[in-house]
Amino acid sequence: MPVEIRLPQLGESIHEGTIARWLKKPGDRVEKYEPLVEINTDKVNVEMPSPFEGVLVELLAAEGDVRPVGSPIALIETSAVAPTPAAGTAPAAGPAPAAQGVGPRLSPLVRRLAEQHRIPLSVLETLPGSGAGGRITKEDVLQYVARRAGPPAPTAAPAVPPAAPAAPPVPAAAAAPGDEVVRLSPIRRTIAQRMAQSKREIPHAYGVIEVDMSAVVAWREAHKEAWRRDGIALTYTAFFVRAACEALRAYPIVNAAWSEEGIVLRKAVNIGIGIAVDEGLLVPVIRHADQLSLAGVARALDDLTSRSRAGTLTLEDVQGGTFTLTNPGVFGSIWSMPIIVPGQAAILATDAIVRRAVVRDDAIAIRPIMHLGLSFDHRVFDGAVAMRFLNHMKAWFEGFRDGD
Amino acid sequence: MPEMRLLDAIRQAMYEEMRRDPRVIVLGEDVGPKGGVFGATDGFYAEFGEGRVLDTPLAESSIVGVAIGMAANGMIPIAEIQFSDFIHPAFNQIVSEAARMRYRSNGGFGCPMVIRAPYGGGVEVHGGLYHSQSVEAFFAHVPGLKVVTPYTPYDAKGLLKAAIRDPDPVLFLEHKRLYRAIRGEVPEDDYVVPIGPATVRRQGTTLSVFAYGQMLHEALRASDEAARDGIEAEVVDLRTLRPLDAETILASVRKTNKALIVYEDNRFMGFGAEVAALIAEEAFEALDGPVMRVAGPDVPAVPYADTLAGAFIPTAAKIAGAMRQLAAY
Repeated sequence: MPVEIRLPQLGESIHEGTIARWLKKPGDRVEKYEPLVEINTDKVNVEMPSPFEGVLVELLAAEGDVRPVGSPIALIETSAVAPTPAAGTAPAAGPAPAAQGVGPRLSPLVRRLAEQHRIPLSVLETLPGSGAGGRITKEDVLQYVARRAGPPAPTAAPAVPPAAPAAPPVPAAAAAPGDEVVRLSPIRRTIAQRMAQSKREIPHAYGVIEVDMSAVVAWREAHKEAWRRDGIALTYTAFFVRAACEALRAYPIVNAAWSEEGIVLRKAVNIGIGIAVDEGLLVPVIRHADQLSLAGVARALDDLTSRSRAGTLTLEDVQGGTFTLTNPGVFGSIWSMPIIVPGQAAILATDAIVRRAVVRDDAIAIRPIMHLGLSFDHRVFDGAVAMRFLNHMKAWFEGFRDGD
Repeated sequence: MPEMRLLDAIRQAMYEEMRRDPRVIVLGEDVGPKGGVFGATDGFYAEFGEGRVLDTPLAESSIVGVAIGMAANGMIPIAEIQFSDFIHPAFNQIVSEAARMRYRSNGGFGCPMVIRAPYGGGVEVHGGLYHSQSVEAFFAHVPGLKVVTPYTPYDAKGLLKAAIRDPDPVLFLEHKRLYRAIRGEVPEDDYVVPIGPATVRRQGTTLSVFAYGQMLHEALRASDEAARDGIEAEVVDLRTLRPLDAETILASVRKTNKALIVYEDNRFMGFGAEVAALIAEEAFEALDGPVMRVAGPDVPAVPYADTLAGAFIPTAAKIAGAMRQLAAY
């Protein structure tokens, strides 16, 4: 009796996944926990392990298909498990036993090919090796890949059900002759959906103040070299996160979310950081950022930034944010009004630090000035709180001195 | 296009260059009326006279030292070392003077000269301890020297012309067994084969073999033998040992994923060790087997007795054996 394999719940607020790549084809034997399919979600790619041992009977979703969480994507026959050699009987032509205590010896090329073709080590090690002493050779891997791929499946016409839209669709941007339609990547689709949802549901209000960054700029200039020698990139963002944490501690209502039952005050201070990557925007989260020192924040930022660019963030990294910081200043913006991440009460924008003429003690002085903007959910709190929150940050920046 | 032996191609290259450029001069032991111990300058004395074809005493340090002086004074000497085994007295002149001239003068002076040296063992006449050495590793180690060793008569003529026209010193190593054993087409007109690029002599997919000189000949024979077992070796003729053509070597390894290096010199710290290191550093992820070497054993010299000399020299049979081993790995 075949069992249905369903698209699993891959994380909170993830509702669908794209079948990126089947790692097995119909007829293949599948071990329990063996990677079965690669799924792209909004922000990360995951390999789904097979929940059962058996033989893959049928694929119910083709590569490229987008399926909602919980929908069946494949059938596995669990009773028709391919015969395994009974205990005690020697396999007729199994892989030669590897040297005692170590796995089979894999050449650099074999490891690279396995990675390229996404063959898990557990599978790789079971391939019969044709090399000296049973070593797995390049040819063994390539033959396995060819076998796995099978003859090119005759692709049926894409079975897209004629969707009956509940409401007449908004007159979409119709493509004129010569226009190009860029297919939506999963990440683009998610950004679109969540931003539209936020603007639809959350009454956004905005407040912006001016901050004199002299103290922070001077301190950073004086210390960044020494920090760099210690392996820490001291970015302004690290200061922003620290200041935001201080202000969130003082005004917990900003670290919150709206619900019909009441306003949820978040206990943890998990700061999401907007990071631009080639594909779009990622928002990895620094967990318990309020418990980190400036150095700890800087290190966490460094780690998240490099993993965002390398595409190695996990689902865990992008979930659980309670407040978000976006830094359009790095791109030169001097006035930003960001959109709140659904499920949060506010988002902070830090703009470019620009030397401006300002009045100090009835004289004109040149100071590095930054605009600090807060977009907030007006259902959760009001402008007075927003401005006190921003002023708390401002005081922290302007009074910054050694020892924070 | 006439067919000729490697030796004739070398003679023709020098002859044409001496005709073309009066600054070109040959000097060495017995290069004059005798025409060289192998006949590479046969007829030159009569053609160009004693002013341009100089017999020297049996003093290699002096041969090279005099040549350096000539080069410094606007001539282009071709110094013949009768056997590379005798080059060692000239080591100081080559390494400390000729090779460093350009560096020492901050690029102001070159040392345009060619040192020709027949090398290698396994010749029918029993080279033994004093007429069999391979010296390329000593000299390829030295920045400022170019080291060239041709395999085909075509390359011999073209590379020697390139060496004569090079503004810096070139050590031109000629394997003695190739002199009369290899024949090939050589154009009668003027051409050069540039110093630097290696060339693929045989296309293959199973493994790459890197060799030069006589060992290339053995490697090609071994490839034919191994092909009967379905092993398709790609054979690369390095031709120029310094500067080394890393690009061609790495491209071949990335294609076949296995590398075998063959050289006649003693295995330990021989030229192939540098090739192996290059592959390990630059093409690690392309390797599907260990980088292997077939080379002479680490004994002080090629012995005199036929059986022992045969045991020393890497032969096609030994190379084919290594190919099978590497292919099966």
